[in-house]
Parts: sequence; structure tokens; C-alpha cells
Amino acid sequence: MAQGIKDKVVILGMGCSKFGERWDASPSDLMVEAFEECLGDAGIERGEIEAAWFGAGIDAFHVGASAMPMAIALRLNYIPVTKVENMCATGTEAFRGAVYAVASGACDIALALGVEKLKDTGYGGLPQRSRGVENDMYWPNLSAPGAFAQLATGYRARHRLNKQDLKRAMAHVSVKSHANGVKNPKAHLRREITEQQAIDAPYIAEPIGLFDCCGVSDGSACAIVTTPEIARSLGKQNLVSVKALQLAVSNGTESGHESWDGSYLKTTRIAARRAYDEAGVRKPAQEISMTEVHDCFSITELVTMEDLQLAEEGKGVTAVLDGEFDAEGKLPCQIDGGLKCFGHPIGASGLRMIYENYLQLQGRAGPRQLADPKLGLNHNLGGFPHQNICSISMIGHL
Amino acid sequence: MSRGITGFGAYIPQARLQRAVIAEAHAWFDASLKSLGRGQRSMCNWDEDTITMGVEAAADCLAGFDSFAPESLYFASTTFPFLDRQNSVVLAEALDLPRQILAMDVSASQRAATSALLALLQGERAGMVVASEHRRAKAGSRAEMLWGDAAAAVATGGGPVLAEFVGGESLATDFVDHYRGGEFDYDWEERWIRDEGYLKIVPEAVNRLLEKCGAGAEDIAHFILPTDQARTPPAVAKRLGIDPGAIVDNQAATVGVAGAAQPLLLLAKTLESANPGDLILLTAFGQGCDALLFRATEAIGGFKPAAGVSGALAASREETSYARFLAFNDLVERDIGKRGETDKQTYLSGYNRRRDLVTSFVGGKCRICGTVQIPREKYCVNPECNALDSQDSYSFAEKQGTVLTWTADRLTFDWSPPAYFGMVQFDGGGKLMMDFTEVREGTIDSGSRISVHFRVRQFDQQRGFRKYFWKARIIETT
Repeated sequence: MAQGIKDKVVILGMGCSKFGERWDASPSDLMVEAFEECLGDAGIERGEIEAAWFGAGIDAFHVGASAMPMAIALRLNYIPVTKVENMCATGTEAFRGAVYAVASGACDIALALGVEKLKDTGYGGLPQRSRGVENDMYWPNLSAPGAFAQLATGYRARHRLNKQDLKRAMAHVSVKSHANGVKNPKAHLRREITEQQAIDAPYIAEPIGLFDCCGVSDGSACAIVTTPEIARSLGKQNLVSVKALQLAVSNGTESGHESWDGSYLKTTRIAARRAYDEAGVRKPAQEISMTEVHDCFSITELVTMEDLQLAEEGKGVTAVLDGEFDAEGKLPCQIDGGLKCFGHPIGASGLRMIYENYLQLQGRAGPRQLADPKLGLNHNLGGFPHQNICSISMIGHL
Repeated sequence: MSRGITGFGAYIPQARLQRAVIAEAHAWFDASLKSLGRGQRSMCNWDEDTITMGVEAAADCLAGFDSFAPESLYFASTTFPFLDRQNSVVLAEALDLPRQILAMDVSASQRAATSALLALLQGERAGMVVASEHRRAKAGSRAEMLWGDAAAAVATGGGPVLAEFVGGESLATDFVDHYRGGEFDYDWEERWIRDEGYLKIVPEAVNRLLEKCGAGAEDIAHFILPTDQARTPPAVAKRLGIDPGAIVDNQAATVGVAGAAQPLLLLAKTLESANPGDLILLTAFGQGCDALLFRATEAIGGFKPAAGVSGALAASREETSYARFLAFNDLVERDIGKRGETDKQTYLSGYNRRRDLVTSFVGGKCRICGTVQIPREKYCVNPECNALDSQDSYSFAEKQGTVLTWTADRLTFDWSPPAYFGMVQFDGGGKLMMDFTEVREGTIDSGSRISVHFRVRQFDQQRGFRKYFWKARIIETT
């Protein structure tokens, strides 16, 4: 019987670059920025890293293929470096590789880094790109907001909501994240907005408007992980350990079988159940202190809170409008601004979420510090509602 | 056993461009266009072309049969998207016809469809002629206002026919009223074309035909003479002694004259309302003349295409943007944005593996669990089954379905934004994320009913290729 990953690996150090439109920074610059902070936080030398996992979501576009761009940028010492790509779950996937390597005993200290350089396209939004020989023949030419708008229409139909109520809740999701982003010096978008502004903004893909979309950002984040014993031997205290690491990947059932109606994220429900089992969490809404979920679009966050069992099914609108996930609410969500305002450099996002959790658990989150958080949940969703990859990581005090 | 017409169908694009907007745009240059500034003309949507309209017209015709397997399929047009890739074969596969068929493109003449029809009727095989035209004229020309886009189909065979083929006559004369050597037509003076062309060549062919068939001009109940010259049919009828009341209107101010598709479009229209015993004279003019004589039988009222010309005429929407017409017909070089720069290459070997899905819209039905699915993959999609290689072919082309989810995407590249797409649940099973076409803002929601249609999916301008796939069209709003 598998024992799971709980408490086998701790975070030795983390780093995160400033996210945003980093016109002046190359992918290498972003990687170095996150890595330098991470090394300093871990208190080790580059040469002590034995293996590394490198995540970039849209690789051919910016950083280039293979693990070499990272090995070269960071001058890693000819160690094994593995390139991973799993769409928006890429950062967590890199983290999973490093954590599993340490847990297996194959190495003592491992590095996970994610990076994305999205602002070299010459236009706003994510890059328009091919989806491969097969899919390009018959898939709609969907953009990310177009794909996630499907979730909004599916959710609205399932729960028989009127357009205005759902749009207002979606607006509140973004208003909350903007308010949080103001307090985060590394965030891409740092200004408050009002519900009315969000409601009145032009549609990008109905019903998703401009303020329902997350930032498209450049950035990098990384983590160095090791065993609890080694961390203690290095004099580390207040250790933060990995409680759960789960991944659920669509197998085509949602997109091709009528058992799924488009109103929820099947992978998130599956990954959440597994993560709670792995972490030994029985009552997630009570036991989890904070969440960083994949708010690529406001509707994704709203539905995800239900799929994570943190809001009752069909009651997400009420929970959001009641402020349950606001900074002062009973379960703060995106306290760092989230994808919405911290920004969403695809390959870095999973690690950015863990970074915020880690700072909060260590009491180092500055003006946005939560009172005594104990357990954090991070959630990524790569792809589209009908075909996606869901990753969940949970970290807490050892 | 008599041979003749056994079925017919038609298709006219929904969009009808108001001719006033064309006249208005060009009045500064050519004030005479104002005289044509009333009425409308059909125009292809950005995702319609000669092939997609042909598929619609053929399907409209085939819907009137319990079963009909044409042995020959002739596709007539002067505006085929491919100069060398048999367009009729694309048509045949989109119709999911058996592969054992003689498919042939007929082109380079306004008589293409009538010549093909003659060849078919004079042979032994049961077949179908599909004629389709997506006409392109220079901006500001009279042709731009007088022409339209449309398609029609006529099925032929023996046995109980709707209209018996009485006889046919052809004349080949290199009278160059117009020609197309480059991108656009070049023509000569209208009056000369009428006096030296129509009025001399058509009567010669028709008189020989009538004589051969032992029929009198005064017996003709329906006289079809495709032309964009308003005064020519009455002049020719008068010269021949045909009752002016028999002239079938060329629909210049409602649909526009549809080139090589016009003879069959008007024939289909005539067959919808002809009475038993009516003599129908079908002619086509262009480097000579074809003349075909039909006699409607007692069965004439018994055939019902899915929509027919009358249905296609009724399914219209007013288009008032001349700029959109120019863009859809590639008459202006427009800025499609950087998102439009993405490579749109079709990998032909990949396409070949998926022809059944992409062109014929065939999915699978699992022999073990009965689950209907599209696309058909190696393993059944039903999570309770997942059987290997268990699916029989299952066609979705005539299916209807219900919209589960949808959006109007204004970010992604689309030739006519916003891009509407969403998840469709088909009646009887099967689910697919697909594009919608012909969506009118505010008429789509979860629960809307759809039918599916063969359309252009993407243009690869770099390589002169175009991709086709099936799209959903709203037929009923919730």
C-alpha cells in the first residue's frame, strides 16, 4: 500500500521573481532572479544541488526546448536536469519531480524551477498557437478565455442561474484578488477595482470580460527541497513540509462522454479527493487555512472552490458574494493576488503559489500575512475545462 | 423506360447583401450603379464556398429520397476552390457517398451544369449533377450587384421520374461574350452580346430541339434562360414564339444570377411548382448553347427536398455591411492582426488518416456498450467500457443536437469575429466541442437546438489550401 508523500520532504528555500511585463528581462534573467533568492533562502551553494526539474509551458516559443536553457542560465554543475511541460500545471509538475526524487532517496537536495516569458509575442493575451496536426483539423480555434467561458455557461445552465447573478459573483472574485494584489510588491497588477468596473468591462469571450481574466505575465519561481533530517542538520527551523502532491489528467471522458455536462472540473474533484486522503485531511473547509487556486478566469476560481469541497455544490455564487474567500473571510483565497494579479507566467505559477504558502506558513508575508496559517492548498488547472490537467499541492508545518 | 429527373435540391447562403449599400459605396465613381440600388443579392459567409454550398444543395436533394445511390456525380462550377484536386470527390466524401462512383468536375463555362446534365441523361447511369458558384467580381462593377452565390442539385435516372427528358440539343460556338483568363471576368458590350449572341445562338439551338421533339414553342410552360441581362429573356422568347408568361425569373434582385449554378437553380425552382404535363425548356448560353426539354409527370408533386429553393429563399438574413462583403470575397487586403499570422498548414498525411471524421463527419458506435462517440478513437470513450477497436462507423452529418456550453470569443483569431463555439450534445449520443456558424447575437444559449453543416474551417493563404469541417448552426433558440 502506497504511503503517499506526506512529511517526507521539506522546503529548504524558495524564490520568486517580480511578475509582470518584464520587457527588460530574458527568460534567463527571470530564472536567475528567482534562483538567487532561493539559494540565499536555502543557505546552500549551487554545487549542493544534485538534480533539477525545469518547467516551461510554452517552451518552443521563448526559452527553447530541453533542459539546457535552465542548466545554462543557472550554470548548474552537469547534474541531471529534467524538462517538464504539463500546460498550466507545469510549475507543480517540476516541484513534484524534485520532491519525488528526494523522497525516493535518489538524491538529498533537488531543485524545481518554472519560468515563462509570455510578453515576447507582440500582442496581448496568451500566444495563438497550433494545437497539433490532429486537433487543428477539427478543434475550434479557441482562446483560453473562450474555453473557460464554456465553464461559465455550463455552470449557469446546470444551476439555473441568471446571467447577472453569476457575473456579479465573478466580478467579486476579481475585486478581491485586486485588493490582495495591492499588498504584494512582486505582483503584476497592483490596483484596486470595483465590482461595477468588472461588470462593465468589455467581453473577451462572453460572459468573460476583461477583469475576469488573469494577468499574462513574465516570471519565474523556484524551490529547493530536501529531507527533514538534512534541513535540520543545516540548522533550519520552522520547517514546512509537503503534505500532498496529486495530479489528475483528463482521459477524454469529459470531452466525449455524456456523463459530464460542462458545469464542473472533473479532474479537480478527483485530485482533491486524492490530496485530502494523502494529507489526512477529513474536513477540508475547516482544516485548510489558505488556498491559492487556478484563477485563470474568475469563473474558474468560483467553480474550483466547489470542486475542492470548500463551497457547497451550486452555492459558489453565494459563498463568493458572502466574502468567504476574501482576505478577511473564513478561508482566504489568492492572498497574494492570485493568477489574477500576481500574474500567470504559466510554467512558474504552481511554484509561485507554493512560494506564497511557504511565506505565509513561515510568517514572512509582510502586510498580507494571515494569522497563524497551518495548512495551505495550491491548485493548478492546465488546458481547458473539457480536457485538462489538475495538480494539487498541499504544504504545512512539519 | 423513360429517363429524366428524379429529384432536386438547392442552397442559397442566408446572407443577402442589400444592393443599396453597394451603390452607395461606389456612387462617387459610377452614379449609374444607383439604378441597380434596389433589391439584394446572396453572399457566401466567410466559411462558405463552392464546395460547401454544393454539399448543402446535394444534401437538400438527397433528403427527398428514401434511398438513392448515384453512380455518377458531376460537379459543375467556374469557381472551384481547387484547380487540381477533384472538387467532386470532396463533395462525394462530405456526402459520405460510396467510393464506387464516377465523380467528375465540369467547368470553364456557364453551360457546365447543363452539359453535365445532358451527358448524364443521354447515358445509362443514375446520377446527380450538382452546380455551385461563389462568384467574384471587381468592386464597383455591375456584376457585383447582379450576381449572387448559390448551388443546386438535380438527380437523374430511369423509372418513375418527376420530369421526363424529352430531348436535348447542343451548339458549340466560340462567341466570346466574356471570358476569365485571370482573376476576374472581362466582357464586351451588352447590346452586342444580346443581339449577336443570345438572339442568334439560343434560337438556333432551341428551334432544332423543338423540331426534333415535335414540340411547339407555344407549348412551353416554363422557359429558363440564365442571364444577368434583364431584357434578354423576353427578347429571346419573343423571337422563338414562347409565351412571355413562361419565362422563369432570373432572381437578379433577390438572389443574384448564380453563374454556372443558375440553370439548375432555376430548374429546381420550376420543378417545385410545375404541374403534370408542363413542358420545361432549360437553356444555357456560353460559347454556344445547351437546350434541354422536359415534361413534368404525374409524380412531379411527390418529391420534397429538405428545403428547396423556396425554403432557401425564406431562410435569409439581411446583410448591410458592404465592407464585410469585400472582406469575405478577398476584395480588400485587411489587417487580420498578429493572431492571424499563426501557420495554418494542413498536414496532408494526417488529414488522410482523419478523412472520415473531417470530411464525412463519421464517428463511432461501440458494439459492446452501444456508446455513440465522435471522434472515433481506438478505445471506447465510455469509462465503464473502454473496449479496444470496438466501434462501427456512425454518421453525424444528419444529426441534430443541443448546445451544452458556448461562448462568443473575441480574442482568438477568426475571419469573422466573434468566434462562436461550444460543446454540442447530439441526439442519440455523441458529444463534441465544435464551431458554430451563422449565429445571430443573442440567439444562442445552453439548450439551443442545432443542425450540422459542412463549412470552411480555415484558409491557408500561404499555400493556397483550405480546411473544411462541420459546424453547428442554431435551428431553434431556447
